[in-house]
This record gives sequence, C-alpha cells and structure tokens, in this order.
Amino acid sequence: MDYAATTPVDERVLQAMLPYFQETFGNPSSVHVFGQGAEAALEEARSKVASVLNCQPGEVIFTSCGSESDNLALRGAAFAAKADRGANHILISPVEHHAISRTAQQLAEIFGFDLEYLPIDEFGQINPRDVEARLRPTTAIVSVIYANNEIGTINPIKDIGEICHEKGIPFHTDAVQGAAYLPVDTQNLHVDLMSLGAHKFYGPKGVGVLFAKKSNNYRLMPTQTGGGQEFGLRSGTQNIPYIVGMAEALFLAHQERQERTDHVKPMRDYLVGQVLESIPDAKLTGHPSDRLPNHASFVFKHVDGNALLTMLDVEGFACSSGSACKTGNPEPSEVLTALGLERDWALGSLRVTLGSGSTYQSVKQFADLLPDVVERVRQLPR
Amino acid sequence: MQEKDRIVVAMSGGVDSSVAAALLVQQGYQVIGMMLRLWSETGRDADNRCCTPDAIAQARRVSAILGIPFYVMDAKKVFYQTVVEFFLNGYASGATPNPCLVCNRQVRWEFLLQHARSMGARYMATGHYALLKQDAQGKYQIWRAIDANKDQSYVLHVLNQDKLAFAKFPIGNYPKNEIRNLARDLGLPVAQRPDSQDLCFLGGDDYRQFIRRNAPDLVSPGPILNQSGEHLGEHQGLAFYTIGQRKGLGISSSEPLYVIKKDIQQNTLIVGDNERLGKQELTAGQFNWITGVPPAFSFRAEVKIRYKANPEWGEIKVLNADRVQIRFDRPLRDITFGQAAVIYDGDQCLGGGVIQNNPEDLK
Repeated sequence: MDYAATTPVDERVLQAMLPYFQETFGNPSSVHVFGQGAEAALEEARSKVASVLNCQPGEVIFTSCGSESDNLALRGAAFAAKADRGANHILISPVEHHAISRTAQQLAEIFGFDLEYLPIDEFGQINPRDVEARLRPTTAIVSVIYANNEIGTINPIKDIGEICHEKGIPFHTDAVQGAAYLPVDTQNLHVDLMSLGAHKFYGPKGVGVLFAKKSNNYRLMPTQTGGGQEFGLRSGTQNIPYIVGMAEALFLAHQERQERTDHVKPMRDYLVGQVLESIPDAKLTGHPSDRLPNHASFVFKHVDGNALLTMLDVEGFACSSGSACKTGNPEPSEVLTALGLERDWALGSLRVTLGSGSTYQSVKQFADLLPDVVERVRQLPR
Repeated sequence: MQEKDRIVVAMSGGVDSSVAAALLVQQGYQVIGMMLRLWSETGRDADNRCCTPDAIAQARRVSAILGIPFYVMDAKKVFYQTVVEFFLNGYASGATPNPCLVCNRQVRWEFLLQHARSMGARYMATGHYALLKQDAQGKYQIWRAIDANKDQSYVLHVLNQDKLAFAKFPIGNYPKNEIRNLARDLGLPVAQRPDSQDLCFLGGDDYRQFIRRNAPDLVSPGPILNQSGEHLGEHQGLAFYTIGQRKGLGISSSEPLYVIKKDIQQNTLIVGDNERLGKQELTAGQFNWITGVPPAFSFRAEVKIRYKANPEWGEIKVLNADRVQIRFDRPLRDITFGQAAVIYDGDQCLGGGVIQNNPEDLK
C-alpha cells in the first residue's frame, strides 16, 4: 500500500542487471575490451532512456538518485545562470519534494539567490498564468513538480514549459513520482530539465537520471567534478548494472503504461469512495481527478498520523503519511500546510499508493478495516 | 503450537528491554517493540536520554534481529504535562520530586499502555527487574527481583491491579550478568551502556541548571539559618538544596551542618547538626496499595525511603485510604519530602506513597 515510497525490482529488470555484476563488469572509461563491453552497455542504456524521453542520448545524464538529479538541475542551472548572465531569481512551487525545496532554500540562504514561491490552489496545483506573471529576465531557473509525492496532484507541466520556452527561461520538473504512470516525452512537455529515480518504477534504488536538454537558453555547472564522466556534468564511475536496470525499468513502464494504469486506477477510485463515505471528518487531499492513478491521500481530523500508520502496520497494511516520520516527532508536512490545512487536520494524514501487487481483495480488506482503526486512534490520549 | 497473545515491549535500546523482548519472542508471543519519544528542551542539542537517535537506532537494530516490528510514538506533550511540570511544581513546593514515578504511572503505564491496548496487545512488558506474582485469589503482587542489586520494584509501586493485569516483567527472574550473557548469546548489539541515575529529560545536565532555565522564578536567594535562628549565610534558591545535603552550602562552621528543612513560606533554608537531621516518623500520601487494600491497619514492615536506600523497619499505621503513617525503629537522616516511601513484606512490595511535608504538623 506504499508503492510511492518505493517499488520492488521487476523480475525482468533484475535479469537485465545480473550480467553486469560479474561478467561484463568493466569500467566504461577503460580502453581495454572489458571497458568497451561496459561502455557499450552504458550507451545502449542511454539510448533506451533517450527513446522513452524522446530526446538525444547526449541529453541523458545518469546520477545516483532522483534527489541528485534535482540537486544537479537546480544548483547547476542556478550557478551557471548567475555566472553567465547575473541571474539570481529562482521560482519554485510550495509543494516541491525536499530535494528541490531544501536545495532552493540553501541557494537562497547561503548563496544569495532570490527564492520565490508560486501560489497553489486548494488541490496543490499550479496555474501556468501565475508562472508567467512571475518570470523575470533575471530568473535563473523555474522548477515545478510533475506529480506531487504526498498528494498525487499532477501539474500542467506542458503549459508551464511552453511559457518558459517563450521567455527563454530554463524549466525543470521533478518527475520522480510522476514517471511511473505519466508520459515523459520531454519534447511534448517542453521541459529543459527533468529528474527521474529508478526505484519508483520497479527499478533498483540508487540510480537516477537527469534529462538535460541541449539548449542555448541555459547551461549546467557540474556539482560533482572529477573524471568528467556523463559529459562532464556528473563525474564518477557509472554504476553499469543499475543504469542498465533503470533503462529496462523505464522502457517497461513506458510500454506498459496503459495496463499499469488500468490495473490500479479502478481500485484507487473504489478506495477513495469507501473512505470518504465511511469515515467521518475525512478529506481527500490533492486534486480529485488530476492525480496519479495509483495515489490516494487523505487527512483525518484529530488523528495522530503516526499512530495511525503504526496501527495499520500491526494489522498488516504498510502505508505512509505526509510527514513520513519514523522518529515519532510529528510536525505537519509542509505540503499539507501549504494547502492551508489546519494543524489538527494536517497531522492526521494518510497516503495509500497502489502498485503491481495490489489486489481488489486487499484494497477491500483495507477499506473495511480503516474506519475502525481511525476510530481507535481518535480514542487514544494525545 | 497456537500463536500466543500479542504483547508490546517498551524498548529503550538498552540490554534489559532488548533481552525482555527476546525472551518473549522465545516464549512464542507476537512481540511488538515500542519506544516513546519524550520531551527535551528545545534549542538544546542534548536529547532526552531515553530516546536519543542513537537509542532509537539501537532498538531498531535489536528489533530487526529479533524479527519483530518496532515503532516510535510521540509522547512529548503528555510527558511535559505530567512529568516535567510535576518536577518543576515539586521543586516550587519545596519537595525533592521523583519524576520517574510519575512517568511510570502516567506515561508508561497509562499513555503507552493505552496505545498498546489499542493495537490489540493483551500485555505490555518492560525491562524492569521485578517479579509479578498472583495470589490464590488471583490478585497481582510485585516482588523484588532475583538480583537484589538491580531490583526495581521501588519504582513499580505506583501500579495497581488494573495495570498489572496487562503487565509482564520478563527479566525479573534473572541476575543482571545472565541478562548480559543472554544478550551476547542472542547476538544482540547492546553496547555496555553505563547505567545513568540522571533524569532523562535533563540531557546530562545538572538539574539546577535545568531549573534556572525552565523555572527562573524558583531561583530566589534567601537566608540560611540554624535552628536557633542565627543567620549563617545566603542560599541560591531552595530548589537547589535537598534534605540531608551537607556539601555546597557555602557556610563555614566548626561542625558539619546539614539541610534539615526547607521553609518555602519564608524562603529560608534551615540547617543543623547531624543529630537534628534524624527523623523517626513520616506521613506518606497518595498511597497506592498494590493489591488494592492494606494487609492490616497497623503492622510492622520494612520501608525504603529512596530508590537506593536500605530498607528500614518500622510501624505502619494506615490513616485512611491514601495516607499512611510510618514510625521507624530508629531516626533516619534522609526522609525527604517528595520522595516515595515504599513498604515491603519480606520480598513482596506492598505499595508506597509520597512523603509529605512536616509530618509533625499532621499529628
């Protein structure tokens, strides 16, 4: 019930990876035949990813995770724009993943950038007109999340991308959560930069990609320097088996997009309907329809979200909340707070995300159990 | 074998609660590890000693090895409102409070127990060294642990039949060294952490500094007098002294002087020589009889007046439902307002209460 946190590695992906641990184990930068074998695998993976992203292989940069991709995009574009044209304005949404928001905050606090947040509506969605109104000649980078991890809301990336393109301002989207179900054609989306992480779509953890369009609009400054791998943008020996696995996983996600969506969406819709009907003081968070098809997220008034997750886990259901708090240190999530939710609602958040292993039976069991568990948590001393 | 009941173990990451959990797993229970996130001062690096990130990580590792789930629950608010405020209010009233007793009663055996019950747990276990027994009528009794040096029945005297019906103390039957051996044999990564007597929320700091920061109005200097009313010096605030204290009074005298009384109304510290210090009688309030009733209205028994004090013989007189008068066979130096007096019949802990101020006024 927590496929947005991570997913198991697809068997086909695992099989694709295995030869690259012991058989074809070379360093792709080496001259000899071992290196050549690894390099061939690397470049084949790059082409495979490029075919899904509808871009040139030279625009695909392999990283260690989605967060690294976000960091490279934001820092790389911001520092280069400052160096090249004195740009110091960063425009992001208030519902970004921490990999973007914390990075942008550091760029503002330590490096003197002027950080501006876009407004959102009650569903956490960005209006492209609000982006347009805030673009400046000195805007270094705009970053808007494709689909939010906590509330599942999908943003109109294409419209925002077109606006940024018109003004010649580089535009990044964090598609880490979105890529499992949403189209990632970078030309159609009009993005200059886009981050993905393999483990959200049945690939391995510890590998990601940054799409970085070759463009005159912007330049990236590397944040990790060294041997100059990945076109000088991300030094460090490439993790060949993981990169191969990610390429395979992305390819499968692309090929099977419709059937994966058809598998989860009806169950998700059933769950949302049941929860809102059977539990008093419950709200769906995020957009009712423009949302990831596997994603349901709720808030319950006067519920300790952490206690709720604990009880559900004891009952055999692994879910997540907005605060993803393993340390018992509850603070309402920034995203839920940005939606304008009061504290006594925002602390009681629950995220249920379905995936390949979800069945109607388990979703029904969950939906039948949840009202009782919420009620039990409401009875607890707080 | 049918699966046994679900049981929550209050884990600290230390060896005792880790082995308690391991023993219950061996006995076939469905064990769930839990830890409470307790309050610590904001803006200070020191974490509450009971739930540092290190302790949480340790308990998580132990749970992974035992194959049991582990959860951390937020109890900051309830801990502050019951334990920390009690601690500060206690000092404000001239007592030397024992917040661990309140924590046991209100946080561990109320807040955590309710969470455990709500999770469908039939029992809750802790890593306390004590024995739980049942008499012929089915009443629960608390007995001293096998290992007399580690016995913690003193802090459990606050529990009643309602709570004990859910309690288990799996390690009370073992000596401490055997618990350590068990931990080693089970491959549990419990470091030999030193036992600390400090209060968890002080974060290793001195309690006086804590009071300075959190209750500055208690830091009110005043006179130090002897029993004849002679002015001997200035105290820094009554909260900083405890009955029987000799060191750190900052007064010079030909004979050693001890704190014998804290007069909150006059903000005066009364000192006297060794002989004045002793008191033979005390009254304890908020008295809890573990079985629910006293064994008699008047009887002889052993009494501990501090966690680490030796038991002393005395006459017990039950005044009413929650007040008990104790007359010891000999004068004792350390009878301290705010600490607990806990009564034992041999190795059985009968119950206890909070030592009241000025027992002579209550006669």
